[in-house]
Amino acid sequence: MRETFIDTTSTILAEKPRTALVLADISAASFAPAARRHPDRVLNVGIREQLMIGVAGGLALTGLRPIVHSYATFLVDRAYEQIKLDLDHQGVGAVLVSVGASYDGASMGRTHMSPQDVALLDTLDGWTVHVPGHAGEVAGPLHAAVGGDGAVYLRLSTQTNDRARPGDGSLTVVRPGGPGAPLVIAVGPVLDEVLAAVAGLDVAVAYTNRPRPFDTAGLRALTGTEVVLVEPYLAGTSSRLVDAALADRPHRLLSLGVGRDDLHRYGSAADHARWHGLDAAGLRRSISAFLAPA
Amino acid sequence: MRTTTATGRPPASATLPGRQATTTTGTRPRIEALLRRLTGDEKHAPSAHSTLDVLQVLYERVLNIDPARTDDPDRDRFLLSKGHGPAAYYAVLAARGFFPEHWLDDLAGPDSPLGHHPDRLLVPGVEIGSGSLGHGLGLGVGIALGLRAQGLLRPRVHVLLGDAELDEGSNHEAIAYAGAVGLASLTAIVVDNRSATHGWPGGLASRFTVNGWTAATVDGRDQDALAAALTGHDNRRPHLVVAVTEPKE
Repeated sequence: MRETFIDTTSTILAEKPRTALVLADISAASFAPAARRHPDRVLNVGIREQLMIGVAGGLALTGLRPIVHSYATFLVDRAYEQIKLDLDHQGVGAVLVSVGASYDGASMGRTHMSPQDVALLDTLDGWTVHVPGHAGEVAGPLHAAVGGDGAVYLRLSTQTNDRARPGDGSLTVVRPGGPGAPLVIAVGPVLDEVLAAVAGLDVAVAYTNRPRPFDTAGLRALTGTEVVLVEPYLAGTSSRLVDAALADRPHRLLSLGVGRDDLHRYGSAADHARWHGLDAAGLRRSISAFLAPA
Repeated sequence: MRTTTATGRPPASATLPGRQATTTTGTRPRIEALLRRLTGDEKHAPSAHSTLDVLQVLYERVLNIDPARTDDPDRDRFLLSKGHGPAAYYAVLAARGFFPEHWLDDLAGPDSPLGHHPDRLLVPGVEIGSGSLGHGLGLGVGIALGLRAQGLLRPRVHVLLGDAELDEGSNHEAIAYAGAVGLASLTAIVVDNRSATHGWPGGLASRFTVNGWTAATVDGRDQDALAAALTGHDNRRPHLVVAVTEPKE
């Protein structure tokens, strides 16, 4: 995904003179050719994330379209007030593109993890959030984001599904269930684990790689009374939207995702998925328990 | 009187506390009348008035901004970073015709566009919404870069800060970067009323000059000195003006 982002952004910078890229050292070497071609529009401020967002806000105030990129924890968590004030409060947008989703950087420890990035942006109004599940789902949202002027977050991960499911972000059924079957919603790169987890269960599985704005119309059309939400970031991040969309009908919701606890452990992303119950076995345990008759 | 030094040491006359305005133009009584017109609960009054001479000089003698064309891409930009005590800012903007004077009568009222910290979406001529300290210089760096990238090489970007505001580390990210890349269209103005809790040993200007900025430190009540300092940039490096005023009470 990161390589697709770098290639696509380099092309966009060449084709769209209104576009600028702001970096804080992360990926700067990969963008060196673009920086040589567009020295006024590829700006590496050094390891200064507050300034990175401030500069993006200033660029946007002059009419440019900034793309801003770093690790999620530095881009969103660290610079949250700059996102709130230097972008949102000024009435300007930017395209924020992160790597290091949730525990992708597990071996580097908690300091390089950000499972809470989408929840933080959810405290603000009007952000579009893309969570690609495959490298083939990156270029489309990136081109669309650059072509607009709103606030867009593109969350890239080293976790990936086996095949790309590009689309417009609306909920898409990838595995139908029987009449009235529970609906399991997989967001981005958790889809393959979800499909493995529900093998043999009578559930429908729907996919989205654009959790904001959440496809609430699609949700209402696909949902009976039982919904399971599986997100690759903080558990429960989208549960308020699901509950609000289904407020007029009795329903049960199980929200799965990354836990809040700091495990103080390294290992691999697969290890953390298992520890947070997001591998196929853990998902099956949680979903089976939720659907078991009381 | 004007002093430009690498060390940022204030001129002797600027160190006298309680110094009164030495230079006024014909518009000053009107600006002061507009200031008095603002309602009486302005919560950051001392800092509001510490900026008055700087603001008057900027808008009357330095900035190229037409109140009738506040979206002109080629205009100079003025960013009130510190946001606090904007009464003098509002008075000067009203005097220049950016918005109707009667707006001054309902400061921070429920339907007022003017609050205790300014909002760019509500007030014509206000370039940034500010109030949380340490945001204006980074935004100003971005604006200067954005203008340069679009070939708009005439406008300057002026950012007004307070000496206490420099406590915020975000400023130092912007100071170091602007100096490193020689962002020549940027002017930072620090109104120094010695309100930083721990002060700036060695002088606050040194934080800029060590990063490659030019600096002028002047009496913040001397309008001729301010005008000279505010136009004293060398077009190769970012420029700092320290306007020393009487210490905050």
